[in-house]
Amino acid sequence: MAENILEIKNLQFSFHTYGGVVKSVRDVSFNVREGEILGIVGESGCGKSVTSQCILRLNPEPPGFFESGSIKYRGEEITTKTDKEMRKIRGVEIGFIFQDPMTSLNPTATIGKQIEEVFVGRKDISKKERKERALEILRLVGINEPERRYRQYPHELSGGMKQRVMIAIALVGKPSIIIADEPTTSLDVTIEAQILDLLKDLKEKLNTSIILITHDLGVIAKMCDRVLVMYGGKIVERGSVDEIFYETSHPYTAGLIQSIATLNTDKNQKLIPIDGTPPDLFAPPKGCPFSARCEFAMKICSEALPEEYVLSPEHTCSCWLRHPDAPKVNIMKRDTKEGS
Amino acid sequence: MGKNIDRSQPLFQVEDLCQYFHVAKGKELKAVDHVNFSIYKGETLGLVGESGCGKSTTGRCLVKLYKPTAGKITYKGKDIFSYNKQEEKEFRKNVQMIFQNPHSSLNPRSTVKDIVGYGMKLHGLATDADMDQKVEEILKRVGLNRDHMSRFPHEFSGGQKQRIGIARALAVEPEFVICDEPISALDVSIQAQVLNMLKELQEEMGLTYLFIAHDLSVVKYISDRVIVMYLGTMVEFADAEELYENPLHPYTQVLLSSIPVADPKLVREKKRIMVKGEIPSPINPPDCCRFVERCPYATDECRSKLPELKEVQKGHYVACHRIK
Repeated sequence: MAENILEIKNLQFSFHTYGGVVKSVRDVSFNVREGEILGIVGESGCGKSVTSQCILRLNPEPPGFFESGSIKYRGEEITTKTDKEMRKIRGVEIGFIFQDPMTSLNPTATIGKQIEEVFVGRKDISKKERKERALEILRLVGINEPERRYRQYPHELSGGMKQRVMIAIALVGKPSIIIADEPTTSLDVTIEAQILDLLKDLKEKLNTSIILITHDLGVIAKMCDRVLVMYGGKIVERGSVDEIFYETSHPYTAGLIQSIATLNTDKNQKLIPIDGTPPDLFAPPKGCPFSARCEFAMKICSEALPEEYVLSPEHTCSCWLRHPDAPKVNIMKRDTKEGS
Repeated sequence: MGKNIDRSQPLFQVEDLCQYFHVAKGKELKAVDHVNFSIYKGETLGLVGESGCGKSTTGRCLVKLYKPTAGKITYKGKDIFSYNKQEEKEFRKNVQMIFQNPHSSLNPRSTVKDIVGYGMKLHGLATDADMDQKVEEILKRVGLNRDHMSRFPHEFSGGQKQRIGIARALAVEPEFVICDEPISALDVSIQAQVLNMLKELQEEMGLTYLFIAHDLSVVKYISDRVIVMYLGTMVEFADAEELYENPLHPYTQVLLSSIPVADPKLVREKKRIMVKGEIPSPINPPDCCRFVERCPYATDECRSKLPELKEVQKGHYVACHRIK
């Protein structure tokens, strides 16, 4: 088994707002292994972006504040590092691809300048070398005429191109981990397919690990080795991609899988939505965050947090239904595996 | 299927619709270019394509938000631009629209009652006396209740806001509703709620939908017939089942194979067709097949002539030189 290069333990992160303290990330622990693609899936407000931004300390503080937990990169604790030390990690050890390439590139700087920004403060790389590195990386992410693009501004590029530039910026420092926060959400399907293929291809070539954050189960199925399912600031289920899709164990994961219309969905059949809305994280429920929407909820679910039950070496599930004394229920209402 | 589709006379007939925008001197953006189709009463017509393909513009032409550059749109046999005042009002009542972004399409300073009730009042469907009751009825239909009436849009979640948008459209008892990406701004678990509701309401109220979306799986699920658009032109038009079983146009094939499927085993087995490049600019497009630059099968014929939309099987239209 590959080594862990990132270990996150009991991470808690909250935000001060006018309405009170929002507990965005509540006691989240996970590892990232060398050369794997780890998917984090969940709906808006589940804490997936905040978790990933915690790693690079990108959340605005204040209003955000780090409550507790540990983040170890290659065995070294990074939560206690100073801002100056963090700068040596951002972009160099861990790269970040932001969701919206239209707004996250600087409109007043050329593509070349933005790529080279990673090297600011590095005295060991000459100007000429920097440009060479930038052009090389532009070529690597499949941008035609890199020399010309190098001098262009973001508005001169299309959406897919901009996302390629974002990937180039994340890669130019040769990081060992790339965090991709919804990298294809704002792109069209044909471009999305291209970008996802590119990411997978680059991962093979450079042996980087990727943390892929998305709400799209299709993207997860296509890309990931392992998956974390987040809900209400917590990880509710984790496992290999096959375990998540074929041995689904948490009712929320099952709900997500069943609520999407696929090409095989029978027209006369109703979709099975998850009723209700996500919990209010101002006052997170005492018990399981999903209990209010869960149709299998028992009395205990709203009273105490379920522990993480280990189902296989990779697969765990935080649900009271996995308790040995719990009734056995079938959480998949529709048999999506066979037939259709 | 329990749907009543009346195929004797089209509800909407669109002939040779063109919508161009002048963007600069000598530059013309051809958002919609010679589009023909008809919509029958009771059906759901899906309109798919990537951004910039003209699907929303087509929808907006149908509700008279734009005045088309050329072409004719008839509603129940009458040109929609030849109405007198009375007919105009009638048309505005019968044709409604649900917008993409529920967060920006509701007036933040109006209460839900005002938002939903305004149209009713305007069309004389409710008086001040029975307004409360009428609004409550329609809110119930979309899964909201009486307590929500006096609240403002910011007090609702995205899914609830979209329900208010739907209630507003349905309050005036329309015959035809244009749904312009009604679920793309919503979370996955909420999308299914709204889709189910749209389907139920169609059955209850006998509505006809034009369903615009970029998500092909959703369009397949909800539509009876589907139009695929690319850079302002229609490339394929067929029954939903037929289109997905037997896609003929290379672009449709590419679109279908690009959908990320939420099934890891299927993904590994699936053969994928990839296209190079991105959607070219719709400004001053070449006078040939629009897909030619990205098409893996392009020939000289494709580069010289715009293919016409031909019926290759009953009810299945394709615009491609390869298909004879």
